[in-house]
Amino acid sequence: MTNRRQFIKITTSGIGGLLLGGGMAAANRFFVPGTDPEELSIDLTRTPTYCEVCFWKCAGWVYKTSEGKIWKIIGNDDDQHSNGRFCPRGTGGVGMYFDEDRLKTPLIRTEERGSQSFREASWEEAFNYIAEKMKSIATEHGPECIALLTHGSGGEYFGHLLKAFGSGSIAAPSYSQCRGPREVAFFSTFGEGVMSPERTDIRDTKCLVLIGSHIGENMHNGQVQEMSDAIDKGTSIITVDPRFSVAAGKSKYWLPIKPATDLALLLAWMHVLIYEERYDKNYVEEYTFGFEQLKEHVRNKTPEWAYGITTIEPDLIRKSAREMANAAPAVIVHPGRHVTWYGDDTQRERAIAMLNALLGSWGRRGGYYNPESVTIPQWPHPGYPAPRRTWKDAFPDKYTLASSSLASGICDATIPAVSEACNFKGWIVNGTNLIHTFPDQKNTINAIQNLDLMVVVDTMPMDITGWADVVLPECTYLERYDSLRHSPHRKPAIALRMPATEPLYNTKPAWWMAQELAKRLGLEAYFTWKDMEELLDWQLKQLDSSLDEMQRIGVKTYERSWEDLYMTEGEELEFLTNTGKIELYSTEFQEAGFDPMPVFTAHEEPPEGFYRLIYGRAPMHTFSRTSNNPNLTDLMDENKVWVNPKVAKLWGLEQDQVVYLENQDGVRSKFPVKVRVTERIRWDSVYIVHGFGNDNKKLSRSHGRGASDADLITRVHIDPIMGGTGMRGNFVTFKFEPEQTLVS
Amino acid sequence: MRYAMAIDTKKCVGCSDCVVACQTENFVPIGYCRDWVVEIVDGTYPQLEMEIRSERCCHCENAPCVRCCPTGASHISDGGTVLVKPNKCIGCGACIASCPYDARYPHPDGHVDKCTFCLHRVKQGLDPACVAACPTKCMYFGDLDNPRSDISMALKKRKWKTLIPEAGTNPQLYYLI
Repeated sequence: MTNRRQFIKITTSGIGGLLLGGGMAAANRFFVPGTDPEELSIDLTRTPTYCEVCFWKCAGWVYKTSEGKIWKIIGNDDDQHSNGRFCPRGTGGVGMYFDEDRLKTPLIRTEERGSQSFREASWEEAFNYIAEKMKSIATEHGPECIALLTHGSGGEYFGHLLKAFGSGSIAAPSYSQCRGPREVAFFSTFGEGVMSPERTDIRDTKCLVLIGSHIGENMHNGQVQEMSDAIDKGTSIITVDPRFSVAAGKSKYWLPIKPATDLALLLAWMHVLIYEERYDKNYVEEYTFGFEQLKEHVRNKTPEWAYGITTIEPDLIRKSAREMANAAPAVIVHPGRHVTWYGDDTQRERAIAMLNALLGSWGRRGGYYNPESVTIPQWPHPGYPAPRRTWKDAFPDKYTLASSSLASGICDATIPAVSEACNFKGWIVNGTNLIHTFPDQKNTINAIQNLDLMVVVDTMPMDITGWADVVLPECTYLERYDSLRHSPHRKPAIALRMPATEPLYNTKPAWWMAQELAKRLGLEAYFTWKDMEELLDWQLKQLDSSLDEMQRIGVKTYERSWEDLYMTEGEELEFLTNTGKIELYSTEFQEAGFDPMPVFTAHEEPPEGFYRLIYGRAPMHTFSRTSNNPNLTDLMDENKVWVNPKVAKLWGLEQDQVVYLENQDGVRSKFPVKVRVTERIRWDSVYIVHGFGNDNKKLSRSHGRGASDADLITRVHIDPIMGGTGMRGNFVTFKFEPEQTLVS
Repeated sequence: MRYAMAIDTKKCVGCSDCVVACQTENFVPIGYCRDWVVEIVDGTYPQLEMEIRSERCCHCENAPCVRCCPTGASHISDGGTVLVKPNKCIGCGACIASCPYDARYPHPDGHVDKCTFCLHRVKQGLDPACVAACPTKCMYFGDLDNPRSDISMALKKRKWKTLIPEAGTNPQLYYLI
């Protein structure tokens, strides 16, 4: 009997089809035995939520079966983030609730850090332990020596707690390990950042340019939806990627660039626009500063010059530049999202911002719109004490243009050798698996070993929980209230998350944990609301709504109040830059001692026998956060290393052969990874999906499955402008044995 | 009434949301699926083409699974939808062997299971779960007898193909190319 539920499906055309969905695993609890499909009916009990599987935060509805069991999650039609449609991760969010490997009760460490050995504790004991340690750190070193590293809704409450305690070191890795460079670059150019969700008007664009951005594999919902709408309307897509991404497969022009040379291409594109006089002359004259300097700067940056660097043929560079110019101003040179690649990322993002300025797309329909958000009223509380020091004091005169706290900066400043100015002694880690988030795992572990207190708040036993002194098990987003979502969008809007069901096990929401800790730290005055229902209802009543209304509608959208979605033609505008203009020549960078216009510098290339390690995302996973989710592992339960057939031939690698990857510093992947031989990757690079290779046996579905890129990123190229950690300057080769461990 | 589905391969990104949406909607046990995603790459770097498509039961007009079913569990229902009555199915697997699309699987409960076009939703005026969830809106479902239905319009406007037409099954799952 044939069984199609196998990963590789043999097809008659091409190299072979890959079965992306489905898989083999044990049966589960969902089954309603013998239901006749003709007799199924639909249950309509539903509660509103917004998704916590990624940070697009789509609003939707949680449905339950007639027995009151969580059944499915569907998008809320009124939500601008989801338009009633969730992505696979959001649809599979039910798996976060049902995952039997969840953290179930507070834990206190029994052996050395990292060993995942804990004893169960009561909440009372866990809170007392944390509060005592926090107090002793405050007495001995100062309250500012405790930091919060967060990537999740609970960060808000722990952040409030830490600020009340006297610390200002609160950071999300989504800045220094992800999108920080683009925010700094766009700020310095336009006086405003890109924000999240991105203010890209993909819906109405005529030309979408993606540089290493893999929308469609990166499932940030609204962007994927709008890209699809744009394809329907005949929008041309230009993709720059050494990998034949899904978006590249839908592109009019795919530029299979040599990795690490994007800046040369961007300068050549600007050269073509300027010297063929295809830029938006009125816009440039009216709104920009430094055009003549830029013209001079790119004089010699011809497509022929770029060809030698990027391997992209001059004709293709010219054609793609003209494609953009023809679509302008309805063109988006997309800034991307995860952009910490080579250490000159802010400059590369500057070039992207400048290119958009030349095309006149900022503030224009089909380019970048002006988003608006709702301001949520703050429950009154005493002022925060001013922290005596923050993470910044550990880095005098460095990363001067960082606009948010650097998570990696806090990590480095925890190691005493870096600086005496501000050493951290305590971390609260909320919803971020730092072992896989930060590059250079040895550095992260070294930092953790210098801590007096390490608290991890999570729903799952991730690799990071193994390093905790105390683990606080959070209930999933389907079991709790959280603060109102109020992200900027075309129209200001709010969304409610409320519990669809009681928390399983002995798990609790983060807001409750922060409130309980506050009681033990004498900070009750900062948490005077009874519970989230009281807080939310108080906030909502000032927003022309109520908790009762939001429980019924989930999402409330308001009319815009302050300005148009787009600039009007010829409108006089002042930008929030030094010159009040869009700065093609950055006075801010010049004053800070950085190149005021981006300069191409060659990056290191892989040594012989090594390949550049590129990593990215799969549509069904959000890093390691989802790596054990039963519904999502059913779609993809391991990553594979993508290898070009030429390289495979050279090494004698076969499809699905198991290898280890070893980097330029001799660091070998902890776990073996299967080879995917595919034409979709350049011969000088290999590719893996981030978030796999988890080393925690408590994750029954993901332990040891695939390779972790974070294991192999030991060489970090720090962006001098804002401290981003460039992670794509690492090279790997193939090994066929695990690393030998010395037995003492 | 003739129900059919069309999937736009130009828009599908292969995210597999259709798979999860079906699994949760229809209580498909983890480890099994009624729909799945296939990726086909042609060419040599950098001259490449790729087709990504979501596959499932083709609800064939000339369905071999219905013809070979010894108990009548596999049958043609409303709008030409091919269904299995779980309580009449003895799990012999003849239909699984006969399906050119490999669209059926043995359910751990002992019967054969497959895509139903979410007839329970369609009867209430809703799209099938996969169609309703798809973030790229690359799927169209409707009645081919209605010339103005989304699917009729899509098939009129665009080039399309069906899978393994040489099997003579007359599949009602179309791919816009």
